[in-house]
Amino acid sequence: MKRLLETRSLTAGYGDFQALYGIDFHVDDGEAVAIIGANGAGKTTFLRTLAGQLRATGGQLRFADENIAAWPGHRMAEAGIALVPEGRRLFPSLSVEENLLMGAYTRRPGPWTLASVFELFPVLCEFRRRPATELSGGQQQMVAMGRALMSNPRLLLCDEISLGLAPLVVREIYRTLSQIRGKGLSVVLVEQDIGQAMKAADRVVCFQEGRVSLEGAPGTLSREQISQAYFGV
Amino acid sequence: MAEWINTLLQGVLLGGLYALFAAGLSLSFGVMRMINIAHGDMIVFAGYAAIFTAEHLGLPPALTLLLVAPALAVLGYLAQRLVFNRTLGDDVLRPLLLTFGLSIVIQNALQEMFSADVRGLDIGPLATANFQLGGEVAIGVLPLLVMATAVATLAALQWLFRQTRAGRAFRATSDDAGTAQLMGVNRQHVYALAMAIASAVVAVAGVFLVMRTTISPSDGPARLLYSFEAVIIGGLGSLWGTLLGGTILGVAQAVGAKLNPGWGVLSGHLAFLLVLMFRPQGLMPKTRDR
Repeated sequence: MKRLLETRSLTAGYGDFQALYGIDFHVDDGEAVAIIGANGAGKTTFLRTLAGQLRATGGQLRFADENIAAWPGHRMAEAGIALVPEGRRLFPSLSVEENLLMGAYTRRPGPWTLASVFELFPVLCEFRRRPATELSGGQQQMVAMGRALMSNPRLLLCDEISLGLAPLVVREIYRTLSQIRGKGLSVVLVEQDIGQAMKAADRVVCFQEGRVSLEGAPGTLSREQISQAYFGV
Repeated sequence: MAEWINTLLQGVLLGGLYALFAAGLSLSFGVMRMINIAHGDMIVFAGYAAIFTAEHLGLPPALTLLLVAPALAVLGYLAQRLVFNRTLGDDVLRPLLLTFGLSIVIQNALQEMFSADVRGLDIGPLATANFQLGGEVAIGVLPLLVMATAVATLAALQWLFRQTRAGRAFRATSDDAGTAQLMGVNRQHVYALAMAIASAVVAVAGVFLVMRTTISPSDGPARLLYSFEAVIIGGLGSLWGTLLGGTILGVAQAVGAKLNPGWGVLSGHLAFLLVLMFRPQGLMPKTRDR
């Protein structure tokens, strides 16, 4: 399989605080990779670095055969990387439809349009004129995912998309995620819910204190290995 | 009676000019969360630019706008992109200090170039032209023209913000610049674009200002104050609110001046204070229109 994204010895942090210590990571075309790990392990920081919200302080970041480490953040969408940010971060003064259209601000050619997003999440079509932040948590998550899809990304980064949602809604969200994967894009999931991550991903990578502590296909990892990699005990 | 009706009409129409003053300020605050202390001086600068082009190129007063508005838009874009953007961040004091300094620079530069004398733009018979509505009630043609321009400008801004891709990017960036960047929005460019539009509106305000009255280089801060008051009375972030705020300010000033020639500016400030006391959020807050 063709390599879509690759990082080598990637480091990043906030000011004097270093959060990532040399991450080697890759995603192949069409693959779904889950990143698990305890709070503060650097999962969100890693996704933010991939999405250009945070500048890497060292190492390499290659996407589709280009070195994008020094690209300005606003060009990542153009390159084909979209992030569903933690906490959804919808635009409160914009309607549902306007939020989705913002996702298409720099649009690549591809299957995702307003119509196909509404087909995926019919409830959003009904509420298209409502302010996005008036919707329920699950519906807001759908807006955030739809907004990311509207740019027709090659790589979809999802940060804690199940956080704070009812189990039924989480199942629904993950069901649509597998539908989305069917349209041929790669996914990186950051997930606290290990069970959910194991089900949805082809490969699991565990972060611990800014380093990769374990990596493998879900079926090949034992409980002990995971808990050792997760907690470091 | 007719005298009072005339006073009220003058006040309402003066509100059109104040709305034009305020719209640019409201826009730069709405998108960049930046308070531009040099806003009033930019209006006065635009006025002098109109006087300069009218005198040196022999243009009719209204046509100076065709040069001054694009010129100010370009200057606004460059100032934001090259200078103001560097000051935006968590510290709200930095843009305040910078634009405060810019205000002093503009005032002194204008004084150097045009001297401290008051200047105006000779608009010929338009200055006194009016429609007689009967019973001694009359409406000035120029004030009416200013009001119509203000309404048209606000409607155009409203359309831009609500209906266009750029307008969506303005509102999204104002909500959450970091997330807008994820969508591919270059915030440096978006901010500069917003300042370019604000500066073009400033140019309209400045040209009408020198068509209506005379100015001197140190008049900027007073224009800034009127702009602020109109924005606050109308409600922060509301475009049509600036028209309401400007109108209330204009009427208060006209009525005050009618009672006593020295009370005009004072009663405008009093109206502003009354609104602050009883409705500090302004009269039309949070219309979701920035």
